[in-house]
Amino acid sequence: MNLQTKPVEPRHALRFQFRGREVALERFSPRRTVLDWLREDERATGTKEGCAEGDCGACTVVLARLRGGRLTYEAVNACILLLGQLDGMELITVEDLADGDTLHPVQQAMVDHHGSQCGFCTPGIVMSLFAAYHSGAPATTASLCDQLAGNLCRCTGYRPILTAGLATCNGAPNDRFAATAEQRADALGALADEADLFVGDESQFFAAPASLDSLAALYERFPDATLVAGATDVGLWITKQLRDLKRVIGLGRVAGLDAIVNKPEAPLSLGAGVTLLEGSPLLRAIHPDLGEVMRRFGSVQVRVSGTVGGNIANGSPIGDLAPALMALGGSVVLRKGAATRKLRLEDFFIAYGKQDRAPGEFVLAVEAPRLAERQQYRAFKVSKRFDEDISAVMMAVRLDLEGRRVAAAQIAFGGMAATPKRAASAEKALIGASLDDPASWRAACAALSSDFTPLSDQRASAGYRMAVAANLVERALIEIAGASAPTRIGDLHAAE
Amino acid sequence: MPPNDVAELAAPTSVVHKPLPHDSARLHVQGSAAYVDDIREPDGTLHVAIGMADRACGVLTSLDLSEVRAAPGVVAVLTAADIPGKNDIAPVFADEPLLADTEVMFHGQSVFAVVARNRDQARRAARLAKIDIDEQPPSVTVADALKTGARVQDDYAFARGDAKAAIDAAAHRLEGQFSIGGQEHFYLEGQASLAIPGEGDEMTVHASSQDPTETQHIVARVLGVPDAFVTVETRRMGGGFGGKESQACTWAALAALAARITGHPCKVRLDRDDDFILTGKRHDFRADWRVGYDDRGVVAGYDVMLNARCGCSADLSPGVVDRAMFHAGNGYWLPHASIGSQRLKTNTVSNTAFRGFGGPQGMIAIERAMDAIARERGLDPLDVRKANLLRTGFEQTPYGQTVEDFETQAAIIEDLEATSDYRARRKRIAAFNATSPIIKRGIALTPVMFGISFTLIPLNQAGALVHVYSDGSIHLNHGGTEMGQGLFTKVAQIVAEEFGVPLHFVRITATNTAKVPNASPTAASSGTDLNGMAAKIAAGAIKQRMAAFLAEHWGVPVEAVEFRDGFAFAGNHSMKFDALAKACRVARVQLSHAGHYKTPEIHWDRAKAQGRPFFYFAYGAACSEVAIDTLTGEMRVLRSDLLHDVGASINPAIDIGQVEGAFIQGVGWLTTEELVYDAKGRLTTHAPATYKIPVASDAPPIFNTRLHNRANPTPSIYRSKAVGEPPLMLAISVYSAILDAVHATNPKGPPKLEAPCTPESILNAIQSLNGAA
Repeated sequence: MNLQTKPVEPRHALRFQFRGREVALERFSPRRTVLDWLREDERATGTKEGCAEGDCGACTVVLARLRGGRLTYEAVNACILLLGQLDGMELITVEDLADGDTLHPVQQAMVDHHGSQCGFCTPGIVMSLFAAYHSGAPATTASLCDQLAGNLCRCTGYRPILTAGLATCNGAPNDRFAATAEQRADALGALADEADLFVGDESQFFAAPASLDSLAALYERFPDATLVAGATDVGLWITKQLRDLKRVIGLGRVAGLDAIVNKPEAPLSLGAGVTLLEGSPLLRAIHPDLGEVMRRFGSVQVRVSGTVGGNIANGSPIGDLAPALMALGGSVVLRKGAATRKLRLEDFFIAYGKQDRAPGEFVLAVEAPRLAERQQYRAFKVSKRFDEDISAVMMAVRLDLEGRRVAAAQIAFGGMAATPKRAASAEKALIGASLDDPASWRAACAALSSDFTPLSDQRASAGYRMAVAANLVERALIEIAGASAPTRIGDLHAAE
Repeated sequence: MPPNDVAELAAPTSVVHKPLPHDSARLHVQGSAAYVDDIREPDGTLHVAIGMADRACGVLTSLDLSEVRAAPGVVAVLTAADIPGKNDIAPVFADEPLLADTEVMFHGQSVFAVVARNRDQARRAARLAKIDIDEQPPSVTVADALKTGARVQDDYAFARGDAKAAIDAAAHRLEGQFSIGGQEHFYLEGQASLAIPGEGDEMTVHASSQDPTETQHIVARVLGVPDAFVTVETRRMGGGFGGKESQACTWAALAALAARITGHPCKVRLDRDDDFILTGKRHDFRADWRVGYDDRGVVAGYDVMLNARCGCSADLSPGVVDRAMFHAGNGYWLPHASIGSQRLKTNTVSNTAFRGFGGPQGMIAIERAMDAIARERGLDPLDVRKANLLRTGFEQTPYGQTVEDFETQAAIIEDLEATSDYRARRKRIAAFNATSPIIKRGIALTPVMFGISFTLIPLNQAGALVHVYSDGSIHLNHGGTEMGQGLFTKVAQIVAEEFGVPLHFVRITATNTAKVPNASPTAASSGTDLNGMAAKIAAGAIKQRMAAFLAEHWGVPVEAVEFRDGFAFAGNHSMKFDALAKACRVARVQLSHAGHYKTPEIHWDRAKAQGRPFFYFAYGAACSEVAIDTLTGEMRVLRSDLLHDVGASINPAIDIGQVEGAFIQGVGWLTTEELVYDAKGRLTTHAPATYKIPVASDAPPIFNTRLHNRANPTPSIYRSKAVGEPPLMLAISVYSAILDAVHATNPKGPPKLEAPCTPESILNAIQSLNGAA
């Protein structure tokens, strides 16, 4: 008797909840965005396009979904979210909030506190505040600045918007959504299945495999398909480069890709599908600087969607996670077919746009070692704007100390080369340096010029990058040596 | 004439002077306020995308559009040859085509347009063209333009006395060159127009435009039809800031051209990156200044050359650079002054209006000089500023206008100096800096004096159309446009006040060239001053007729009739407003009126540089504190206190919003917003990923804003003052505070700090000081 379970038949219709009904779509372009679907197909024009690249937040919508059995509300950018990624979720837009003539509390607060002027960013702001309203925690100015970092407003100067958020987001939601949470969770539960989603045909499809085995098999079969986790980068290939993506594999439904292994004596392992937001507190627990780097990573909309694996696999020279983890001694786990392999992060990045990843191979997980007692770590991000900006220079350093001497150093940079890269000469020059003798640090700072030949671009000049790279190493050493005067501008800002 | 309390000059009111919400606030928060792209498209609407030049300078030698024409969904491809009227979209000088014909003027210039079934098809097809350009080396920067000598307009200067002699004779002298960056408007709603062809030559255009009248003229010019065949309508914009004044006309004209050629409704909505590349920005300047002064820092002579990078055509630069000159003295008495300007032509997109219209660039140059004087003298910069303010007996601007309420600025500065605790904080900051080698703090308190009126005198007029219907409801229309600034709300308040009815009686309607013709752009902060007056005149005329009817009906003198609380009263008589409207109709009283207003007293002779270009001035002051990181140049604004003069505010809630919003926009201009052009003239910061406007955490954690709410001594509408632009310049306090912090790293040297103060600019300033030490 064959006890093996019968393979579940693939499903050929995208399913999600929208305005109290189930939407099932059997035909759509794999590159259709949620925003275009809303505005062009549904003629729901409340959600606006401001930039079509996930930076301005005018298109913010909220996805309600079950995470660990709990109904969560996450603000995302509809402009770079692919329609197929909605599978199994509830899509909530600005038109859904008011109850007849009664505005939602966050809407009413925006009116009462004069939070809208031209009104074009307002639907996105309202949706971000709606997500904050349902976050389960009372808002603070700092939490709202975080929540709204991905919502540009050009009119108000934000003060009235923050006031509106503080007035309503008290951690105890009392709206129609809270009242119907149970039935909406049931509706989402009914959508959850273990079937692979496959919409289209072999020439053009949107697929969302439900298991690692299905993903591995599908990707081996279609190695030219585009893997999409959060679409925070791939979305721009579509909206800006107008790439005609024909075969898209969404990773959002793959069971096990979001696995987290968090055991005290082992490195932290984050599945490739773990979002930047989920990974943030776990990384913060390794070192607060990692948490701060994650907090300044894109915006909430980007961190909700973007994944740990995506940020690494993407291979960008300016991704913040790679240097931050490289200095820690992090590694990446890859899978192709049934085979997995693990390599050090620095070995994964070969050249600009080229990683050590075979056709059909995908990032399975990223590992971040914990710090030993004699190890010190610092990570600094420098960008033109403090929040929601791409780094001009990103530096992370781990020092292994013997008393007050440096026994070993791992220093990694983003923004300084065509890939995230270790500073081998500087690391070597730092060995033996004394924390009590700043003169002994200079060789390391100077050695950076043999490690890197940065570019000048719109974010910074080569000269600035080199100067700041050295100064960041110096700052790390000043802090580790024990500074009495303030070393961080952000602390001063937060104290006000 | 000194400022008076609101009560003395302004009568008691029930709608005006109240902090009422924006008329569209409830719609905004529900996503139901419609912008151009939200209007339901008529059946068969086609979409237009732009084909852009990939060189900044040269001659178009061939244009192969065969692949574009063959692309899926393409209905038509338009070039300069398809334009039935004039290929000219320039507002002033006829120097800029809609579609490039032979000469390529900037990288990204529109060369052709694709009309397709949907927007995606149009965008894809537009990338298939083969454009050959015989490339010449482009002139990109101020330095390039000074080398080529190219201008979009003749140089212009005015002077008082002999600045050179005064500076040479002064006890102390300083000079400097100061680069001031430009700014992208980044209105959240990109440029958009929907053109709907009518019968014959008629064309209706829904445009996101601050200037429907100019849009109408340019559409008519491009189509080669009389203005009367073209109607332009604008309900609201998702932000304008000057970027939809001349710049909106282009896309309306292109949509109309496509609609004329295809016979279908056609829509242009620019992608954000294209919008950055295709539309003009705030002018970047290099100010070359020289100043002579005495031991106390009192200026004897100021000589400034304002080098303005205007881009490839004149556009609105003549007015922008003139306004920079008018504000080159801010609110200071300059006994001898020489204010020069060069209007530089480069192979970059034509720079245009942007909130402040040149004023900020002129003003920050002299504020930079004030800081330099203070450093050199070892004085508190605030004391140098105060010593130089316009004062009794010294009440004239460098262009000879007497400033009537100059005392207001001293009063504002005194108030803010006390309420911001400026002196004590300066001491605390000095103590902090003494023990903090890496992080340095700085503080500054800077004033603003901004002239109100269009400096092009004919623009200082407005029209309004008011109807009272027989149910008492009121239809309001005027030539001003709503871009978020609350103009429609304020004008509706004025009309409701006039009729003595609650605000909800007044129905605000979209700006439309068929209702109010020959309007001026909504610009120069003048929207409420001009349109509010015109609407009050229109409503007043109708009210007068209603009163005359009642006087006869009740047998009372006409002056006894009063309108308030939704009623008309006279003695023991009363009638509800709706009943009155009905009665007037029955009695054949005209209940509609077109009001017109022109600003009195202003005149300006540009050739002689004489006159009174401004009806009045608006004042403000700001005190900002910053911290900088001397290792990276990173900067945070820690606190800002703003005090701004809005006269007797028509709507204090809206005015506070204008002040705060303008300040943060100005902070962006001077800090994180950097426009980078490469050597080939390509804009490399063409999207929010690379061009960084302020986000929520950039608002200072301590942010206090107050209105200096005292009646305008000049008889403006309800004694209010214009508010759109002036508070942007409050952000100069942040620049000066950064300079103060940089100075703290090395008090000996002269800090050289260019704007915008990006981390790199600040680090350069610190390093330049150390080099100088």
